[in-house]
Amino acid sequence: MRSIWRTLDRDLARDIGLVCLADCIVGVSYGAIAVGSGFPIWAPMLLSLVVFAGASQFMFIGIVASGGNPIAAVVAGLLVNARHLPFGFAIGDVLGKSWARRLVGTHLMIDENVAFALAQRDADRRRAAYWACGIGLFVCWNAGVVAGAFAGTAIADTSAFGLDAAFPAVLLALVLPALRDKATRLPVAIGVVVALATTPFLPAGLPVLLALVGVLAGIAAKDPERETEGAH
Amino acid sequence: MEPLTLIIATVVLGAGTFAFRFAGPVLRARVTLSPRSERLMATAAVVLLAALVAITALTDGHEFAGFARPAGVLVGGVLAWRKAPFVVVVLAAGATAALLRVVGVP
Repeated sequence: MRSIWRTLDRDLARDIGLVCLADCIVGVSYGAIAVGSGFPIWAPMLLSLVVFAGASQFMFIGIVASGGNPIAAVVAGLLVNARHLPFGFAIGDVLGKSWARRLVGTHLMIDENVAFALAQRDADRRRAAYWACGIGLFVCWNAGVVAGAFAGTAIADTSAFGLDAAFPAVLLALVLPALRDKATRLPVAIGVVVALATTPFLPAGLPVLLALVGVLAGIAAKDPERETEGAH
Repeated sequence: MEPLTLIIATVVLGAGTFAFRFAGPVLRARVTLSPRSERLMATAAVVLLAALVAITALTDGHEFAGFARPAGVLVGGVLAWRKAPFVVVVLAAGATAALLRVVGVP
């Protein structure tokens, strides 16, 4: 573990710290909204510890609070979280070899630390970014949720602070360097268009997964290029 | 909802989410990928994250999120493209959306 903190330079640590702070405030609002809509005080805390995936947790409490059945809430939450499978496949090597690390690292997998890991060049930094961001977010998110659950509706509306714009901006800033690679742009463009076009009609989570058709387009587009390379 | 039902639902959602998270690294360890497939996997993750950016920036549930949020994300995106520091990108995105709302933009 110590090597992780040594690899982490000050800039990266500061960036991760900022994301943790932002997510902590979102956690406060999540705790407040959950308790405000009638959940017992332990419910948002248990969800945050056991599920640890903000979007699906908001989805879950939203469906249950509006009188939906718990099975529907679980299925909707799972659909939102299905993207973690391809995430894990892409960053599988950052978790480490021992079982303890793999289990803990698995539970800490979340959009932000996957994005931070992908944005690093070498394997050591990738691992350091993944773990530091994962641990930091787990602590801050849960601390925020506890504070929100007790403080009630103090910060129920995070949109007043523009935090709803900060989350996509965080991911965008981390993904942009990858978009400088020409071969990545077409799959991303197709994926984004498909996801946006299907969002009005499909349940949350599915449009994100459908974006993967962009990768197929990338494969198809790359093949002729390879052939011409081979002809040289 | 009964406390027990709520606990069971939470545990099932947690277990299912863990299974999704676990499946990737496990599958990854069992197959040897060519460098090209490795690149495709990284591309797949970038595509998912980009789709997530677009959806969370532009939509709320099944509807348009209003102008303040995408405007904030756009400002952040332009700054990031110009290689502004990460902190500046994130704070500018949030501040833009917040200020637009103060002046009445939804």
